[in-house]
Amino acid sequence: MRETEVLVVGGGPAGMVAAIEAAERGAKVVLTERDDRLGGQLIKQTHKFFGSQKQYAGSRGIDISKLLEGKLSNNSNIEILTETTVLGIYEDGVVTMEGADKHLKLKPKRTIIATGASEKFLPFANNDLPGIYGAGAVQTLMNVYGVTPGQRVLMVGAGNIGLIVSYQLMQSGVEVAAIIDAAPKIGGYLVHASKIRRAGVPILTSHTILNAYGQEFVEGAILASLDDKWQPIAGTEKDLTVDVICLAVGLSPLTELCWQAGCEMKYIPEFGGYVPRKNEFLETTVPGLYVCGDAGGVEEASAAMVEGRVAGIAAAESLGYGLNNVQALKAALKDLEELRSGPAGEKILKGLEKLLAKGETAC
Amino acid sequence: MLVKTGIPTEEQVRQVSPSQERLAAGPVAVIECFQEIPCNPCWEACAKGAILGMDDMNNIPKLNFDKCNGCGTCAMKCPGLAIFIIDSSYSPTEAVVRLPYEFYPLPEADEEVIGLNRAGEKLGKFKVIKVQKGGIHNKTALIWVAVPNQLAFELRNIQIERVVNVG
Amino acid sequence: MRIENHPILSFNRGKTLSFFFNGEEIKGYSGETIAAALHAAGIKVLSHSHEFHHPRGLFCAIGNCSSCLMVVDGQPNVRVCVEKLREGMRVETQKGKGCLAQ
Repeated sequence: MRETEVLVVGGGPAGMVAAIEAAERGAKVVLTERDDRLGGQLIKQTHKFFGSQKQYAGSRGIDISKLLEGKLSNNSNIEILTETTVLGIYEDGVVTMEGADKHLKLKPKRTIIATGASEKFLPFANNDLPGIYGAGAVQTLMNVYGVTPGQRVLMVGAGNIGLIVSYQLMQSGVEVAAIIDAAPKIGGYLVHASKIRRAGVPILTSHTILNAYGQEFVEGAILASLDDKWQPIAGTEKDLTVDVICLAVGLSPLTELCWQAGCEMKYIPEFGGYVPRKNEFLETTVPGLYVCGDAGGVEEASAAMVEGRVAGIAAAESLGYGLNNVQALKAALKDLEELRSGPAGEKILKGLEKLLAKGETAC
Repeated sequence: MLVKTGIPTEEQVRQVSPSQERLAAGPVAVIECFQEIPCNPCWEACAKGAILGMDDMNNIPKLNFDKCNGCGTCAMKCPGLAIFIIDSSYSPTEAVVRLPYEFYPLPEADEEVIGLNRAGEKLGKFKVIKVQKGGIHNKTALIWVAVPNQLAFELRNIQIERVVNVG
Repeated sequence: MRIENHPILSFNRGKTLSFFFNGEEIKGYSGETIAAALHAAGIKVLSHSHEFHHPRGLFCAIGNCSSCLMVVDGQPNVRVCVEKLREGMRVETQKGKGCLAQ
């Protein structure tokens, strides 16, 4: 059977960085990605990243992806398998995958799960009409294939994804009729909100969508204001003519492989769902199995890349590769701490505290 | 209110505005960043060391107006497009607002565009006096718009009226 | 609709391809997915729910959600959001759960 030292599952920001860090220290790495190209969500991000220079702040996601791809392809320790979906992790450590209609088996010494997250859905009448998309789908259509989803959009969710995708829609020449959020406050960065608002797009907090309507596809939506108990207020209904409804209502970690591998899992609302328990070097309760990026808890891409560094260095270190790993790990952990130390990171710290808490029931 | 609508209050804007004397002396940055988020490219970009208080990247940047020469490097770098350059020395009656812009098409110098305030409301038509392109890597342009003095702290966006063929 | 001009991105589309949607010839580009090409042609209804036959369209665009299953060159249940376009491809609306060709 084929063997490798480090298997990285997922070629998004976390997985790419993890592969680079492990390979630069000398480990033989296989990086798998189910899409036909690397980059994950980075290839859809036209905005400049926040953070500091160490996390590529000021660069756009699309450019960060190219930079990381360059580092990957220049490293002879890395084998990249695109269009390859990992199917299972077995008791004996064998990982099975499907690629190019073939079933492959691989036995890695260490495995890093960087599978990212999937979008959450929202219950409302007619939410299955064509023209209702997840925010990621709109980004894929628009920013990867250069196709607009429609002409006039209702964005549901004023977190960073809802705000950023609204701005990206406007950059593609699509009208955003309104951004609504059930919460009484805008959840995303206020600078994103301000730049959309000054382009004339209303941001309606304490608002929800009651239903979508249309025959074959979306023709409009009925909105309503919410009271302080988040209940619709009768008589506040508004009819909005739109042909696209975009849902940006949060993400859930993609953890199927962690469940299957037997990781101890815990439900952490701050992280978007069930995530594996892990130590500070991102090793799960299954020895040799690491998790980084959104798969371990939904956060920003900047943090995902630093987590990739931690997991990559830790995996290489455990195999005896690399020099000064301790300093490198300390530096990465300090970067994570910095990213999370402000008010914007409070939620993540709260989630981490819950995840690390002892003595509670976990699955 | 900013956290409900995305529109900063007058009081918030006043707190980040330079004095009348400093404004009269020439171009200066106004950093309309009111939330602690992990972000510091403005501080890393400033060659004059005019942006202070960023030893923790979660802090809100504070500008030393006297050190700032209004070069605009921070405004083109800011991921939140939250920095504007105000030049009140442009003429006795007019000021120039330089604003970051990332839409297609870019206006051209001498073109008349619609000016918008922080709520996206139309303020009238104003002349673009210069378009400072961001280059192939940065891509954020700075649009220089001449406005009556009293609108220097109102105008924050533009809209182009030209009919564009989007294919 | 296809985006021709963008302030940040430039789209380097591949060569023009012809394919068939329910017998009708449509143009697309190599390198793009079937769903992207259908969308650019204004086709939003891709499948129907099994029980109530509600129209269904593109939702996740990354192969997660099964909202876009169609028959492609006789093979049912193809996720057209991740399947790349090929010259002459026959894309058809699927009826029911689909069965494999004998």
